[in-house]
Amino acid sequence: MEAIRTRIDVSGHGRSPVAETREAVFEARDLCVFYGDQLAIDNVNIDIYQRLITAIIGPSGCGKSTFIRTLNRMTDLVSSASLTGQLRYRGIDLHGPKVDAVEVRRRIGMVFQKPNPFPKSIYDNVAWGLRILGMRKDLDQRVEKALRSAALWDEVKDRLGDSALGLSGGQQQRLCIARAIAAEPEVILFDEPASALDPISTSAIEDLMHELKRDYTLVIVTHNMQQAARVADMTAFFGLEVAPDESRRGVLVEYDETEKIFTNPSDKRTEGYVTGRFG
Amino acid sequence: MADSHAEKKNALARTRGRLDRLGDPALKAVTFGAAALAVGVIVLIAYELVTGSSLAFRTFGLHFLVSQDWSVFLKKFGALSLIFGTAVTAVLSILIATPLAIAIALFLTELAPKPVRALLGALVEMLAAIPSVVLGLWGILILGPFVQNTLEPFLGSTLGFLPFFQGRHSTSGILTAVLILTIMVVPIVASVSRELFATVPAELREGALALGATRWEMVRGVLLPAARPGILAAVALGFGRAVGEAIAVTQVIGSQTGIRWSLFSHSDTLASRIAGQYQGASTNLQISSLVYLAAILLVISLVVNIGAQLLIKPIDRRPRRRRIALDRALETQGLSAD
Amino acid sequence: MSEPTFSLRTSGRLRRRQLVSRAMGALAVGAALLAVAVLAIVVVSVASRGAGALNLDFFTKNQAQGFNPKGGGILFAIVGTGVLVGIATLIALPLGVLTAIYISELAPPKLARVARIALDITNGIPTIVIGIFVFAMIVEAHGQSALAGSIALAVIMVPLIARATEEVLLLVPSAQREASLALGVSRWRTTFGVVVPSAIGGILTGTTLAIARAAGETAPLLFLTSLGLSSQADANPLHPLQSMTLVIFEYSDQADPAYQAKAWAAAFTLMCFVLVTSLSAKLALARYRKKLGG
Repeated sequence: MEAIRTRIDVSGHGRSPVAETREAVFEARDLCVFYGDQLAIDNVNIDIYQRLITAIIGPSGCGKSTFIRTLNRMTDLVSSASLTGQLRYRGIDLHGPKVDAVEVRRRIGMVFQKPNPFPKSIYDNVAWGLRILGMRKDLDQRVEKALRSAALWDEVKDRLGDSALGLSGGQQQRLCIARAIAAEPEVILFDEPASALDPISTSAIEDLMHELKRDYTLVIVTHNMQQAARVADMTAFFGLEVAPDESRRGVLVEYDETEKIFTNPSDKRTEGYVTGRFG
Repeated sequence: MADSHAEKKNALARTRGRLDRLGDPALKAVTFGAAALAVGVIVLIAYELVTGSSLAFRTFGLHFLVSQDWSVFLKKFGALSLIFGTAVTAVLSILIATPLAIAIALFLTELAPKPVRALLGALVEMLAAIPSVVLGLWGILILGPFVQNTLEPFLGSTLGFLPFFQGRHSTSGILTAVLILTIMVVPIVASVSRELFATVPAELREGALALGATRWEMVRGVLLPAARPGILAAVALGFGRAVGEAIAVTQVIGSQTGIRWSLFSHSDTLASRIAGQYQGASTNLQISSLVYLAAILLVISLVVNIGAQLLIKPIDRRPRRRRIALDRALETQGLSAD
Repeated sequence: MSEPTFSLRTSGRLRRRQLVSRAMGALAVGAALLAVAVLAIVVVSVASRGAGALNLDFFTKNQAQGFNPKGGGILFAIVGTGVLVGIATLIALPLGVLTAIYISELAPPKLARVARIALDITNGIPTIVIGIFVFAMIVEAHGQSALAGSIALAVIMVPLIARATEEVLLLVPSAQREASLALGVSRWRTTFGVVVPSAIGGILTGTTLAIARAAGETAPLLFLTSLGLSSQADANPLHPLQSMTLVIFEYSDQADPAYQAKAWAAAFTLMCFVLVTSLSAKLALARYRKKLGG
């Protein structure tokens, strides 16, 4: 397939060299997710690499959110959800019988679509997690470090005791990122992190992601293709398949370096999506 | 030309009959009257209580509030021992009921599988619907003997060094009354709390769990603090119920005047004293004193109720969903009969 | 893929935290079971003691005279409760519904809020105080009567009916009102012809709940109608009439086991009525809310 011209600019954004030279943090093999009897995601095979930003794109309902929630066992919260296949985190089966979901979530953090700061002070939002996780030493320093990493310190250092609910949407989201970082995870998952924010805050968060990439592995779900192109090193395109009985399920259509996905995709469906012909 | 002019003049001519036209202002007037009556009854109640207690007020003044006397023979009446009884029974029952009720509400919203949730919720509300005279009967004939023969001896032997657990064992007394009141208060606080927990957004819960918190840590650190004002309002409602309960309390509390510190002792509350005197009130002064007691009780319940309303106010401003949830919870409170 | 150098199992500190979490969960389960156990104990003991004394005479005869109360029944009390609650409903239903219509459809928002708060406050006034209120207003001058009792019960029922009615009125979609008004139908015809019929199910169940509540009230009736005769069934509202609750209250105080047995039987009957009525009304209300998209 010849290189296509998309509306999306993928020219160099500090992207990193990829794939075979890197360690895989997550490995999914034939992963299927069911809600009750309904198949939501079918046969996903993907390796997510260390200290890269991996974006998951696709039309609504294709299971992007479901997939990312299997990575930190948030699917446990839905009683009808079940999985088949394998999902390994650094070689360990994430959904294995002896694995404690709470431990998983400590290592794999999550930032949500709608900023959800706790109804506590700015300081306590970050410190609360640290206290229960037993990271009480040098609490003040840890809080400051997390807030600096989230590029929020300068804006809040004089009002750490104020309620977090008084911050703007963009600031709240950065607070949620600081909260997640403070727990010293290895991976941070972002479920549509900027879709509830204005363009300026979105841009601030995207810059933040570039910074975070140095220390953390990031996986981002986004419905905004431009965002994926701006930010991600690897991009996974999930498509919707309609079965003969009219049930719909998500499948991983193509997974490759971002530039390739947007300029020279191998699969026609990917091409259709990124050129805007559908979805 | 003249025709169209005439047509225009009649474009909005009245086509409605007289009855129809009168209907709207009549509706407004009638419903306003009904609402005014429903709302004004509070003022009417206050007025009647003030006038009804005026004889006692003129005789005793505010000294009534600090006198422990209650003697028809001596023609001296006072409310102090009853205020004491009210305070002790209400506070103790709230102290026992609140943790139980919150635990039940947490079970219903966080732990129970869906089918169990509805069934158990209904059972807890059924507890609130039992008429208080039935609960009082049960208290006299079943709980009372248990208290006398098992509970009080046990408490007396283990904690008897404290003045609160000394004295003769009896089927009636403060302890029995507190137990009965607890049974009445738990469903109220549990229902309101349950509705409140359900309105805390899922994102808040998920945010805490995603950090690697255990379920209890999420409840203690995020859920309960978020629901705190509502829980306080629920406790206030439960307290109001405990203060105002007359029938079941008078059946089991022993109807004694005087301030005693032992939980085993007989006592009386404002409400139960009024109820207990219904057959014996003969003199005008005694009746007026009873109305005086009712006035004190009204003031206490108004303070508690308005306090609960103030606590609910900030919740009221949030989305309709929360207010409806609160309304439904308050309905359950209305199920308890005295 | 590198060899796993760590595990995701529960260990050390996390094990302790998980234990605490599970322990609190167990406490919560325990509390719920305790509540159910208490309910079961109360219901079962009332039922077992009450059912035994039930027979046809109980429902059809009045209190036996003389010193041998073994025979006879509580017909007078059943009739009395019927009259008391019936008249109270006749007063409270229109009053409550009209108040709710005013609050939800016609009142300016500030007045509506004041009215709602006032209704909530009235709901919280101890029923014994309401009884004393009606006593001072009517009985001191005119003597006891079932009518006085009904007025007290109505004061208790109005906030319940008004609140329930307001809730279902709000659930009626405004599109229906607008369609009617846009046709040129007057406000009052819209209200009674479109809105209220839509809400009638909820209004009826709310009223049923209020009836169940009123049937279980004792305190307000003590000073208003307790001098009623127990030897004959009377339905005259101007006379004081006994109610089932008053009978239970009075019999429960007696040492004579024959009276106690009657108290249990009356308690069982009343409890069944109240619980069955409340439960079915709540079920109907829940179904109704779901239908209207609450």
